[in-house]
Amino acid sequence: MEKQKYSRRFFLGTSSMAAALALVPSGIKAFYQDLKTRLLPVKSIQTLSLIVNKKTYTVKADTRTTLLDLLREELELTGTKKGCDHGQCGACTVHVNGERVLSCLTLAAMVQHQPVTTIEGLAEGDQLHPMQQAFIECDGFQCGYCTPGQIMSAVACVNEGHTHSVEEIKEFMSGNLCRCGAYNGIVESIQKVAR
Amino acid sequence: MSETTSYSRRNFLKTGGLLSGGLVLSFFIPAGAKRFVPDADPLSNAFQPNAYLNILPDNTVQVILAHVEMGQGIWTTLPMLIAEELDCDWSKVTVQHAPPGKPYLHTAFGLQITGGSSTTYSEFDRYRNAGATARAMLVEAGAKKLGVSPASCRTENGYVIAGDKRASYGQLANAAAALPVPQKVQLKDKANWKLIGKEKNRLDGKAKSDGSAIFGLDVHFPGMLIAVVAHGPVFGAKVRSFDASAAKAVKGVRDIVQIPTGVAVVADHFWAAKQARDLLQIQWNLGPGEAIDSNSLLEDYRRLANEKGLVAEQTGNAAQALAGNVTSIQAEYTFPYLAHAPMEPLNCTVKISDDHCEIWTGTQLPGGDQQAAAKLLGLPAEKVKVNTTFLGGAFGRRASPTADFVLEAVEIARASGKFIKMVWTREDDMRSGYYRAAFLHKVHVGLGANGFPAAWQHSIVGQSIMNQYTLFGPPDKSKPDESSVEGIKDSAYLADVPDKLIQLQSPELPVPVLWWRSVGNTHTGYVMETMIDELAFAAGKDPVAYRNSLLKSKRHLAALNLAAEKAGWGKPLPAGHYHGVAVHESFRSYVAQVAEISIQNGQLRVHKVTCAIDCGLAVNPDGVKSQMEGCVIFALTAFLYGEISLEKGRVKQRNFHDYKMVRMNEAPAIEVHIVDSNEQMGGAGEPGVPPVAPAIANAIFAATGKRVRQLPLQPSDLVKA
Repeated sequence: MEKQKYSRRFFLGTSSMAAALALVPSGIKAFYQDLKTRLLPVKSIQTLSLIVNKKTYTVKADTRTTLLDLLREELELTGTKKGCDHGQCGACTVHVNGERVLSCLTLAAMVQHQPVTTIEGLAEGDQLHPMQQAFIECDGFQCGYCTPGQIMSAVACVNEGHTHSVEEIKEFMSGNLCRCGAYNGIVESIQKVAR
Repeated sequence: MSETTSYSRRNFLKTGGLLSGGLVLSFFIPAGAKRFVPDADPLSNAFQPNAYLNILPDNTVQVILAHVEMGQGIWTTLPMLIAEELDCDWSKVTVQHAPPGKPYLHTAFGLQITGGSSTTYSEFDRYRNAGATARAMLVEAGAKKLGVSPASCRTENGYVIAGDKRASYGQLANAAAALPVPQKVQLKDKANWKLIGKEKNRLDGKAKSDGSAIFGLDVHFPGMLIAVVAHGPVFGAKVRSFDASAAKAVKGVRDIVQIPTGVAVVADHFWAAKQARDLLQIQWNLGPGEAIDSNSLLEDYRRLANEKGLVAEQTGNAAQALAGNVTSIQAEYTFPYLAHAPMEPLNCTVKISDDHCEIWTGTQLPGGDQQAAAKLLGLPAEKVKVNTTFLGGAFGRRASPTADFVLEAVEIARASGKFIKMVWTREDDMRSGYYRAAFLHKVHVGLGANGFPAAWQHSIVGQSIMNQYTLFGPPDKSKPDESSVEGIKDSAYLADVPDKLIQLQSPELPVPVLWWRSVGNTHTGYVMETMIDELAFAAGKDPVAYRNSLLKSKRHLAALNLAAEKAGWGKPLPAGHYHGVAVHESFRSYVAQVAEISIQNGQLRVHKVTCAIDCGLAVNPDGVKSQMEGCVIFALTAFLYGEISLEKGRVKQRNFHDYKMVRMNEAPAIEVHIVDSNEQMGGAGEPGVPPVAPAIANAIFAATGKRVRQLPLQPSDLVKA
């Protein structure tokens, strides 16, 4: 059941809750803001230690920095993309402990000392991961912006064993949006690797 | 189509020295240029590597793209054209975007633009000629080196070969560069093509699958700061005053500056900038934008539809014909504003030094952006360098005639004096305008005794794109904007209708509108294809047979009948499944689609879309198929969910939770067939969009007996009549 944590519906649920909060009267909103500042770690710059793509990074960062912003701005690993910053689009998907995680909804401080894999760490040297190769061969992308997130999700989808049918693949990939509509190619890519 | 092209020596510019040896070919071919660009044009003085291809000593062939890659696949298609004629080693081809420059002006539009689904057909001759000219020069150089006559040489895979002797293109590059440019080159016969028409995997595949592809949002330099902008709550709002004291206290904030479009925060990183933006206290002068409301807008449009507009087309007397005792159908259609919502939110990086400005962004209009930035800064155009990155989707949004997002970043860099990357959040992207305009159509069609349309009266109401911008010349408000009436004015269905009147009203509103994948055809195609279906039903005819009787163009029919055949039109479907069909011509291509749907528990399910396209020659059939698939998903999203609505001038939608996209679990199976065609080449990026929604709507009618005339789809549309 651990994997359910990262299901699409979980994130759609939480982020539409956040959206709903944006619409509530200002008194409640102020209360929520207040609550948020109490619950979140205090505003401070701390030294964070992260293991990304088998390499250890020690960086000074605001403890509220998301894993996504930290990867992109501090570690200069820009392969992980920002599409919505609200867990809606999946472009920021990375692996933490081998499981897919939306890095825009994850604070960097939460994943210290845990192995994080990004799209840059998927290949073994010059040897592309079979999923990367499949995306190239099956035209699993168009503009390519959502592609790193799609590939990270696709690898997890195969590892989770959710590839028994086209419908199952589509269901378990539905957290990753592709505005260009390369869905057919993405499904083919996953089928190719799962076979 | 001419198979030879001549080049003048004057147009051949060499920049070989810049590349430490190697053959650099570039030539400006004015063929087909509609807009005269004088030599004094600022572009001609701009920094120009000025080439379509470079050959390096290591045999690498660098192809320089006059158009930009935004997902449509030209990163592969244009190199295929060069490589076909050059006979180079495909594995040694690299690709890069061109900077702004005269050689890269669109052969038909006269400015450097990627749009109108025109890249492949407009570059078909230019890029083949670029390859063929390079090959001719390499053969001449090779013949000299090998001590044989050019006629005895052949070329293959990057080598000039004579008998058992050979020399690589890389070895010959410098010698070839010193030769005169041939006045005429012979292009290959179609029968000898090795690449054109074959399916090729994309050259941007590796970079896009290993995370190394750089999009605008990925641009990163040491010392660069991040900027975010607080935009006004309504379109056209201006800052009256603001208090930044709380925002300035946020750690990491470096500057807060007022710019024409709002207040910008410049900070060390995104989180600080966004936090500070939320703390800004801004008083706005809202202006007329506050009065816009989607519901009242619709009422205004309804009223306008009954008034006399600009006449787009008129024959006979439609009003008189419809006033008589005729069977007629009247209908009103409404279409909301739509956001482009590319996956990569808009962004732009700018560095300004004393007399120079450098810009990094994903843009469909690099030359226009360069000139706009130069004008703003009071610099000559050649002092503004534009670096075009990959575009994370665009769909028209990144072809901004006002250079809006580029100028906003330039304003921030200028006001703050900092090297900045301006980033828009998804919410900024969703709410900052440049939408597909909202439209209302009022249609009244009289049926003749034969069941075919005999009188057609059509009023269209919606903001004009062309009347707002000067990109293609000064607006002429006395004439109907072609981009608002395309797809109806030139509709093949109306060619023989004796009495018709097509009118347009283009209200002027503060909401910025722009071309959105397939432009006017997004709404005109829907109206025509659902109305024709309605007429077929009224006439008691099968929708495919009815269209076959009305359409005279063999390309319409080739696409229509291929899609119908492949979809099994007229054959039994699983219980509860229904077919709908549509065919539409746009961007010089003809696309037909058959949608198979079912409605279960009030939910629409699109099971399959069978698509057929006649685009003439498909240079890369893989690419055409991908574009058709993309068009289906894009159009389905708009049909099911697409709506930007305004309340007191404020855009209600914020992110993908309330501006929904079709997800993979909702995506239909899509089958694409390409008509084997020798007709004029057409586009692929857009023409797959228009038939999707009407094909689905026509299938919904088959299931429910109800016509969907207000987009997006409402749950009530799915309840049986």
